[in-house]
Amino acid sequence: MSAARVGVVTFPGTLDDQDAAKAVHLVGAQAVPLWHADHDLKGVDAVFLPGGFSYGDYLRCGAISRFAPLMDELIPAARAGLPVLGTCNGFQILCEAHLLPGALTRNASLHYVCRDQPLRVERNTTAWTSSFGEGQEIVLPIKHGEGRYVASADTIAELEAAGRVVVRYVGNPNGSTNDIAGITNEAGNVVGLMPHPEHAVEELVGAPSTDGRLFFSSILKKLVNA
Amino acid sequence: MSADSVKRAEGTPDEPMPFAELGMKQDEYDRVKEILGRRPTGSELAIYSVMWSEHCSYKSSKVHLRQFATKAPKSEALLVGMGENAGVVDIGDGWAATFKIESHNHPSYVEPHQGAATGVGGIVRDIMSMGARPIAVMDALRFGAADAPDTRRVLPGVVEGISHYGNCLGLPNIGGEVVFDPCYIGNPLVNALCVGLLRKDQIKLATAPGPGNKVVLFGASTGPDGIGGASVLASATFEDESHAKRPAVQVGDPFMEKLLIECCLELYAADVVVGIQDLGAAGVSCATTELAAKGTGGMTVDLNLVPLRDPSLRPEEILMSESQERMMAVVRPEDISAFMAICEKWDVPATVIGEVTDTGRLVMTWDGEVIVDIPPGTAADEGPVYERPYQEPAGQAALNADTPDRLERPTDLRATLLRLLGSPNLADKEWVTSQYDRYVRSNTVLAQPADAGVLRVSEVMDGAEPTTRGIALATDGNGRYAKLDPYAGAQLALAEAYRNVAVTGAKPLAVTNCLNFGSPEDPEVMWQFAEAVRGLADACRTLGVPVTGGNVSFYNQTGSAAIHPTPVVGVLGVIDDVARRVPSGFTGEGLRVALLGETREEFGGSEWANVVHGHLGGLPPQADLEAEQALATVLVEAARRGLLEGSHDLSDGGLAIALAEACLARGVGATVTLNDDPFTGLFSESAARALVAVRPEAFEEFAALCAEHEVPCYGLGLTGGDALVVEGVLEVPVAELRETHTATLPALFG
Repeated sequence: MSAARVGVVTFPGTLDDQDAAKAVHLVGAQAVPLWHADHDLKGVDAVFLPGGFSYGDYLRCGAISRFAPLMDELIPAARAGLPVLGTCNGFQILCEAHLLPGALTRNASLHYVCRDQPLRVERNTTAWTSSFGEGQEIVLPIKHGEGRYVASADTIAELEAAGRVVVRYVGNPNGSTNDIAGITNEAGNVVGLMPHPEHAVEELVGAPSTDGRLFFSSILKKLVNA
Repeated sequence: MSADSVKRAEGTPDEPMPFAELGMKQDEYDRVKEILGRRPTGSELAIYSVMWSEHCSYKSSKVHLRQFATKAPKSEALLVGMGENAGVVDIGDGWAATFKIESHNHPSYVEPHQGAATGVGGIVRDIMSMGARPIAVMDALRFGAADAPDTRRVLPGVVEGISHYGNCLGLPNIGGEVVFDPCYIGNPLVNALCVGLLRKDQIKLATAPGPGNKVVLFGASTGPDGIGGASVLASATFEDESHAKRPAVQVGDPFMEKLLIECCLELYAADVVVGIQDLGAAGVSCATTELAAKGTGGMTVDLNLVPLRDPSLRPEEILMSESQERMMAVVRPEDISAFMAICEKWDVPATVIGEVTDTGRLVMTWDGEVIVDIPPGTAADEGPVYERPYQEPAGQAALNADTPDRLERPTDLRATLLRLLGSPNLADKEWVTSQYDRYVRSNTVLAQPADAGVLRVSEVMDGAEPTTRGIALATDGNGRYAKLDPYAGAQLALAEAYRNVAVTGAKPLAVTNCLNFGSPEDPEVMWQFAEAVRGLADACRTLGVPVTGGNVSFYNQTGSAAIHPTPVVGVLGVIDDVARRVPSGFTGEGLRVALLGETREEFGGSEWANVVHGHLGGLPPQADLEAEQALATVLVEAARRGLLEGSHDLSDGGLAIALAEACLARGVGATVTLNDDPFTGLFSESAARALVAVRPEAFEEFAALCAEHEVPCYGLGLTGGDALVVEGVLEVPVAELRETHTATLPALFG
């Protein structure tokens, strides 16, 4: 059986693409580089939108990336069920592309913050979180200046009612509404996260936790079983 | 309007030129005239004035800096030494590391955010121009008193600038220093370090060989930012066109720099670059003269081809602009189309602006007229050299005589510990470091507050064989020690950085330095400088670690008040198996705690004297380099054998602070016993000491290793519990230590 293929997207200014590719590789899947300017998803089975400062975060985080040629392919594919995980800037891009509701705004502290953040996995039935126990407490790094999740009261109520809050902060680092650190779409195939699972996959480097691996093993499990 | 051409200069030999406004002395100007056999054109004057400035020519420091070469220890690791954009060191398995530290002090005072940001940008381009992928940054920062109003303006801006620029580049920030002292008010120090990795056989140099090869300017367009004196020149020569209000501090665009990094690496991989130079201070002037001087010797440049952000720029201003995120490459004609295609892929504008020649002349044209025609080496390498007078400061003897012996010793050592632990210099720096991304690139093994940053060397470039190696980096400097004795102070800075690298288990290999001083025109400052350089060069020889490059920053003074002499020293080390790195502090319960090294009663320049008595006098701790070397040998060997569970360097605040920090690392307490005078034992700052945590069953082997190398090893006690206990002296719960340690900076800076 050929390995599951996970696309890792690089926009100009993407920073965590190599990290994501390493993490994909660590769980035994194949990382396929995807280039922002190509109209080509290369037939991948899932897509990881990594963090960074795509297009320098000019105008608004993720606002320019959503118009990249690759996104013309990715948006319909995601709507049709392709598993997509966006972390940090990737989450911001998913919101700008309207694959996820709401927006990420400036941290309440007005400072960029990099720290090892305790989190709780609220939903383990998405494509990217099935390896977690329900309510499992984990630690992942966060590193962002604009990670404060906001949405209209109706949207928040809808997300909460439908169980679409995937991960919540334990100790809110940025002023996010309802401590929201990550959400999913209705179908559960598209997930956006502010924390960085790709920096918590090895004992030797990164955060003092390997909890991030379970996001990658979740998608691998889904793809292998599909 | 036409520019001041060579032809015009020949016809108007007596036209007065504004050399003094550009910071040039009469005799320097006379020398330019002698070199050219005529008066310089405005553009030529622009080139010579910036290239012969203190910043670019090292004219006051050169005669002293030569000691770094003449006294350099023999080192098989050194691949590229001083004089290039950065030094390169062999770290084994075909890999090389390049690293350098550089100051951006003055801009960071004027405009803290952009000043600090472009400091990061500049040092990163130096590393890129060696052919390396930049892999991490660090910053050594000095500010005025923590509670001074101006520090509240400068510090948050500097931190935000470093944070924004470095984070956007995707470079982990793995360490550095934050130090407060009233002497830095009005003269903050922002010293930025970058380290890069490359294959040993892929080193690039700043050179332009091969007549007919093309000169390509690529990256950002050229704007009016960072032009200091050029506006003087332009407005003096052309009165109707005043650009006098140009911003003197450059503005950074980290997004463009990130694209430049990836673009350059792809250009190197495609082997389409013959020579390369970044554009930093003195911009196009520096890049063209240096490339030409080190190449075949000549170059023609059409300045009209330089892409401009502001079309009204005069040629003099183009030559002096310090617009950021620009590089210059020398490319074979047959490779130009491949070069341009890679630039286009990364959306990096690139323009051929000239050609390499063998005429021995750098010739530039503007609107078809020759405006520059000079031998490039005269600007790049043959600047003035000054043997500035120096003399010991008048108050030096009195300062050294005012020893800390007269200071009242404390009776409550618990209170003293907490007072020091919460003082701004020793308090937790998370308020600063949490604004830096320390994880990006997934190779960070240790980062602040660890003694040194440690990186895995892995998968950086395609096709490179895997390696288990890692590199460690630390920067240190103590202006208080250096004020008391600049010779010893510089040695102590090196010793501490060297020790910080060794406590992680890495073998120290090479040195970079940033020498921050007051005005070289003040003989007393010059004495401090000369002594510090002599001390550092001597210590490098003794420790066997060569200086690979660095930077001198003079004129850090307001009026007649100079900063403390502040040599900041960076040391790079290598660890054969990075999985064997030793973490900082106490990593578990039931470990034997030992103090390595000899403790003497040494309080001159100490944090205790500073915090409790506001005193600076006497002599700094003794710099015992043989002891440092033995200690490092033991630490590296013990790490290699897997004997150490944790370690920590002893420095500011002595054993008391080291114990507290070791407990705070993982929230593990310890109970220790001191035999001699507990005040000296806890707060003396004797050098060449470290704290280690050893598994009980490994202790005998470890003690034997120490004995073999004649390193004193004192068993102090055991880790465990939730308090730091010094038997019969003090007991503080770890939670209280943490509260004291972490409260200070947030209370000051919000």
